[in-house]
Amino acid sequence: MSAPVVALLVVAVLLVLAAVVWALTATAARLDRLHHRVETSRASLDARLLRRASAAEQLALSGLLDPASALLLASAAGEALGAEGEAERSGAESDLTRALRAALPPATVAALRRGPTGTRLLDDLDAACQRAVLARRFANDAVAQTVRVRRTRVVRWGRLAGHAALPRSFDADDEPPALAAEHVLPRPGGPR
Amino acid sequence: MRIGIVCPYSLDVPGGVQGHVLGLAEQLIAGGHDVSVLAPVDEGTPVPRHVVSAGGAVAVPYNGSVARLGFGPATALRVRRWVAEGRFDVLHLHEPITPSASLLALWAATGPVVATFHSAQLRSRALQAAAPLVLPSLERISARIAVSEDARRTVVDHLGGDAVVVPNGVDVDRFARAAQRPAWQGRPGAPTVAFLGRLEEPRKGFGVLAQALPALRAAHPGLRVLVAGRGDAAAARALAGEHAGALELLGPVSEDDKASLLASVDAYVAPQTGGESFGVVLVEAMSAGAAVVASALPSFGRVLEDGRLGALAAVGDPAALAAAVAGVLEAPARRAALVAAARAAVRRYDWRVVTEQVVAVYETVADAGAVAPDAGSARWRLG
Repeated sequence: MSAPVVALLVVAVLLVLAAVVWALTATAARLDRLHHRVETSRASLDARLLRRASAAEQLALSGLLDPASALLLASAAGEALGAEGEAERSGAESDLTRALRAALPPATVAALRRGPTGTRLLDDLDAACQRAVLARRFANDAVAQTVRVRRTRVVRWGRLAGHAALPRSFDADDEPPALAAEHVLPRPGGPR
Repeated sequence: MRIGIVCPYSLDVPGGVQGHVLGLAEQLIAGGHDVSVLAPVDEGTPVPRHVVSAGGAVAVPYNGSVARLGFGPATALRVRRWVAEGRFDVLHLHEPITPSASLLALWAATGPVVATFHSAQLRSRALQAAAPLVLPSLERISARIAVSEDARRTVVDHLGGDAVVVPNGVDVDRFARAAQRPAWQGRPGAPTVAFLGRLEEPRKGFGVLAQALPALRAAHPGLRVLVAGRGDAAAARALAGEHAGALELLGPVSEDDKASLLASVDAYVAPQTGGESFGVVLVEAMSAGAAVVASALPSFGRVLEDGRLGALAAVGDPAALAAAVAGVLEAPARRAALVAAARAAVRRYDWRVVTEQVVAVYETVADAGAVAPDAGSARWRLG
């Protein structure tokens, strides 16, 4: 092979290498950003779920509910606050949601809203429920997008994810009962 | 909270997204938040004090229509500077996959980013080609909002992932309190109906209404159709032919006149044939107390709760439209029931409710720290 051909080949190889390095760096940065989003949105979800459980607990201990409803709600809130591990938490949060729906039918909500303390506690719980729904939606969205990128060939062959575990979505029933004075609940449509 | 809002469409012309952005900013400021709105604006266009210009806009074809957008190195630089100097807690971008200021802001920032999707129409072929550009940038969004169930479906189908639905805000009370104007009110034997929208734009459906005129006039010879909107009056009259006498062309009207018009007429007719993701004007008409007769687009059907809050007619079908209008005009009891149900239902679109929901989204993502300039975006620097 003549010298110019060799030189051209070398240049071509270098260009390809540069392109590969650029693609890997860009994807690594993208993945890094996604992992960060998964972490922060998950931390936010944890905080919102705790907030929801403690709002439910406060209502349960307020003395405004009948003792049976209060016990049902307080124990479900306690389970949610103390749950450990992914599966247990998801179960406990769904149970708390079901307890909320059972203990707070429209008639009870209307009765509670007749007093200032009941109104305050319900507003608090309503806001906490709304925000937990939003936080779970956003956290699971981050997980879904991260998983999609991690399944791409560049990431698998380049081992760009390192040893980070594949993130998992948090599944729970969080559809709250209607607690608002009027229609102010967010309406995240579609199946959850 | 310090909130930075970005509108991709030029504020030089009115529009649904622009109206929503400016209204939301006003509401947030009234709620005690610190708000800066970034949008393409030509020099000399009067804008509120909290609006920052991203530079001039250029009219370009995008996603099936011509939009006035801002892009290029000069705009990119302004966007980066605005992000860097804003020290925002949350960035709220509207229509983030439009090639304009929103997309530039998405690339220029890291941290809590909320994005609102307004459109229910995305061209999938164009999107497929742009996917390598669009997908990585969409991953920077912490929370997605869609303004309607139809807009949400578009997000789910074309972009993957999901979005929460928060509708467009309407100042319900302003429309509910609007003064009626005798000249626009119907009289026994001479009812009035209103049409709003640009006359030349086929999807606004003026042509369908014009074709429905013969049947409408046969039932109500004294009927008057009040038409508000930009367009060629002679062409509109020609479309109506021998029934042109029933038309009263008001031309473009002010916001206050629009509210009065909707409060005065017996029915508001929305014969749109497509391209409506939400239907703000339907909500405005319901707030003002007009009975609504609309084409059965999916978005309109949802706003009217499948006919519980207003009459629906087959899309693009003049005979069906005429029958639906007649059904409302000839049954005062039914008309009153529709109006009453609609008045109660529109509360959920009131700015107070909508703003509360948007703030709940902000608070959910703001845990992740503040918005910061993305150092990596410097490699896009061209100017």
